[in-house]
Amino acid sequence: MSAKTLTIDGQMVSAGADESILQAAREAGIRIPTLCHLDGLSEMGACRLCLVEVVGTSKLQPACHTSVAEGMEVRTDTERLRAHRRAIVELIFAERNHVCAVCVASGHCELQNLAAAVGMTHVRYEYLAPSCAVDISHARFGIDHNRCVLCTRCVRACDEVEGVHTWDIAGRGTESRLITDLHVPWGEAASCTSCGKCLLACPTGAIFHRGSTVAELEHEPTRIAAIVAARSERW
Amino acid sequence: MDLTELHGIAERERARRKAIRIHCCTSLGCHASGALELQRRLEAAVEAAGRADTVEVVGVGCIGFCGHGPLVSVEPSGLLFERVTPEQAPDIVAALDGGPCAAQRGDPNHPFFSRQLLVVRRNGGRIDPERIEEYIAAGGYQALYDVLHDQSPAEVIDAITRSGLRGRGGAGYPTGLKWATVAKSKGAPQGAPRKFVVCNGDEGDPGAFMDRSILESDPHLVLEGMSIAAYAVGADQGFLYVRGEYPLAIQRLSKAITQARKHGLLGSQIFDTAFDFKVEIRVGAGAFVCGEETALIASIEGRRGQPRPRPPYPAERGLWGCPTLINNVETFANIAPIISRGADWYAGIGTAKSRGTKVFALAGKIRNTGLIEVPMGITLREIVEELGGGTADGSPVKAVQTGGPSGGCIPASLFDTPVDYESLAAVGSIMGSGGMVVMDDATSMVEIARFYMEFCMDESCGKCVPCRVGTVQMHHLLDRICNGEATPAEIVQLEELCQLVRETSLCGLGQSAPNPVLSTLRYFRDEYEERLRHEALAEEAP
Repeated sequence: MSAKTLTIDGQMVSAGADESILQAAREAGIRIPTLCHLDGLSEMGACRLCLVEVVGTSKLQPACHTSVAEGMEVRTDTERLRAHRRAIVELIFAERNHVCAVCVASGHCELQNLAAAVGMTHVRYEYLAPSCAVDISHARFGIDHNRCVLCTRCVRACDEVEGVHTWDIAGRGTESRLITDLHVPWGEAASCTSCGKCLLACPTGAIFHRGSTVAELEHEPTRIAAIVAARSERW
Repeated sequence: MDLTELHGIAERERARRKAIRIHCCTSLGCHASGALELQRRLEAAVEAAGRADTVEVVGVGCIGFCGHGPLVSVEPSGLLFERVTPEQAPDIVAALDGGPCAAQRGDPNHPFFSRQLLVVRRNGGRIDPERIEEYIAAGGYQALYDVLHDQSPAEVIDAITRSGLRGRGGAGYPTGLKWATVAKSKGAPQGAPRKFVVCNGDEGDPGAFMDRSILESDPHLVLEGMSIAAYAVGADQGFLYVRGEYPLAIQRLSKAITQARKHGLLGSQIFDTAFDFKVEIRVGAGAFVCGEETALIASIEGRRGQPRPRPPYPAERGLWGCPTLINNVETFANIAPIISRGADWYAGIGTAKSRGTKVFALAGKIRNTGLIEVPMGITLREIVEELGGGTADGSPVKAVQTGGPSGGCIPASLFDTPVDYESLAAVGSIMGSGGMVVMDDATSMVEIARFYMEFCMDESCGKCVPCRVGTVQMHHLLDRICNGEATPAEIVQLEELCQLVRETSLCGLGQSAPNPVLSTLRYFRDEYEERLRHEALAEEAP
C-alpha cells in the first residue's frame, strides 16, 4: 500500500493511500468532531460536522468521506468551520426534544459532548418541539424518538454488522423517523435478533435499556469496531 | 432492420398521408382543456363533410402555445386555431381552405413562434408521438444508423464535444466530457464489466414542463439520443427515470419502446451490428430529490431515494457500482440533431460558452404561457417582452425566476442579461432546467422566497442536518418576516443560515436551497425591510 504525505492544520502527516482525512487526522492526534461516523460502519456523510477546508477547492469536504491525496493541505479548525459546526449542533438541538436533565444518556452522550466541544452556550433557533413517540414494546430495549438525531448508526450497525436490517428510516425531512421492519412496533419486528448492536451504536439516549434511569446509560460505540475487527482477516 | 427497410417505412408513411393534415395538440395542457373530445369531433366533422379522402386528423405533440389551448393547426396551409371548443370542429373543417371561421384564429407568425429556433422541439406539434412511422418519416433513426455504421464511439464523443453541448438539467456540465469519462471508466475492479445509460426525466421545478413536453411529443427522439449515447460509452442497458406525475409521458414512452423493439431499433443487433441496447422505464414515486443523480440511482436500485456524497461520480461508480451516464431528457433530445446536422452547425448556434438552443417553460404572470425553444444568448427582455408579450394585464414585469428552487429572481433592471450559463450565474440565478416564472408588480418577493423555501423544506430528504433542519428554520424566519413579526436581527440570522446551508449541505438540493432567498435579498432587500416589525425598527433606531 502506498503512503501519502499531507498537511493537516500545518502538521505534516503520513497516511495510507486509502485512508480518509478523518483517519489521518486522528492518527496525528488532530480531533475533528463527528456524529454520524462510527468506526466499523460505512460512511454516511450526513451530519456535516467533519467538514474541513482543503486548500485549492472552495467547497468544504467531509473528512470522513474524502480520501487523502499527496500534498493535500487540510484545515480543520478555521473560524468559518467553527461557526458552521456550532450552528449545526444548535440545529440538531432545536430539531427534537433533547432534555438532558431527564435523559438516560446524560453525562455519556455524544451530542452533549459535541455541544461542549463546539462551544454551544445556547440555541439561537426556534425549537421545533415535534411530537415524538417512545416505543417500549421490545422486551429489553426502548427507543425515544425525542432524542434521535437521525445519524443512522443503528441502521448501519443492524444492516452491516448484524446483517439483519431491522432498522430503517421512513418519511422525509424533519418528518423522518426511525422504523423497525415495515413500521411495526419494535417488539413486533420479527427480524430483530435483540442483539443490542443498535444500542451500542446510538450516540444519544434515543435507544436505551428498558429500566435504566437518568444518566445511567453508558453506550459502548467502540465495541462495534471491535466486533468488525474480530471478524476480519487476521494478520 | 436495415437502411432500405428504414427508408421503406418513411416512404410508405409519406405515401399514406393525406393532402391536408389537421393537427390537434394532445399534449397534457391541451389534453386537460378537452383536446381529446375535440379530436373526436374533428374526425367526425371531416367524415360528415365528406372530405375523409383528402383530410386527416392527427393527434400531435405539444405545439407550444399552451396557455391558448386546445390548439389546432393545419398543414400545409399553416392555419392556427386557439382555444378551440369541440362545437367549433365542423367550422374548422369548413374553413380549411381559408374561409371565415368562428374559432379563434391564431397568428403563426407571432414573435412567440417566429423568434424560436426549433432543434429538440422540431417535431413537436407536427408528428403523432404514438406512431414510430411518423418519427421515421421525419428522418428519425437515421442518425443512429449513421453512427452505428460509419462512426467509432470515439468519433461520436468527439462530435458531441465539438458541438459544445452542455447538460440541460441545469448545471451545464459539458456533455462530451461526461461521455468521455464514462467511456474510459472501467468501473470497480470487482464489479461486473457493465455500463448503463440513464435518462433523468424527474423534472420537478415548480413551473417547469419542458421535459414532460419533449417526452410526450417526441419520445423516439429521446430514445434515439440514448441509443447513440449507449453506443458511444459502451452501455447495453438504459433506464428512463420519469416522475410518476407524468402519466401521459410514461404511456407514450412505453408505446415508443414497444414500437422501437418491434422494429429492431432497440434490443439485440440493432441495424445488423453488434450493438445491443435495451431500455426500461422506472417511474419515480414523488420525491423531488430523486432528480439528483445519486438519489436517482438509489431509487432505480430499489433503495430509498437519498443522495450520497460525490465523488465517486456516477460516471465512475453509478448503478450497482457500474459506470453510468446520466443525462437529462433535453440533453438526449439534442443528440440526434447534432449527429445528423453536424457538430459545427450546432456549435454555430448560441454563445461562445453556451452553444445551441434551450427550451424554456414560460409561466406566471405572462401573456403567452407556453413552451419556447430559443438560441442561447437571447436576452431575458426578448423572451419576456417579445415572445412572452409582457404581462397579461399590461402591468410592468418585476422579475423573472429561473432555475426553480435552486435558482434566483432576476429583476427587470437586469433583463438585458443574455441567457447563458455564465451570465445567469453572475446575476445570482442559474440556467436551471428551463422553468421561467414571470412576476409582476403585485408579487411580493418575500412571499416568493418563502414559497420556494417551503418547497425545499418539504422536499428535503432528511439525510443531512443543514438541509433537513436549516430549511425549516429559514422557512420559519421567512414566515415571521411575511407576517410582520421579525426584527432586523432575524434578517441577519436568515443570511447566516443561507450561508450555512449553502456551504455544508450534502447535495445540490440543500446547497442551492438558499438561492431564492439570497437573490431576492440582493435585489429586493427593501421588501424584506418593509415587512419588519415597526416597533422593532423604532427600538433599534438611534
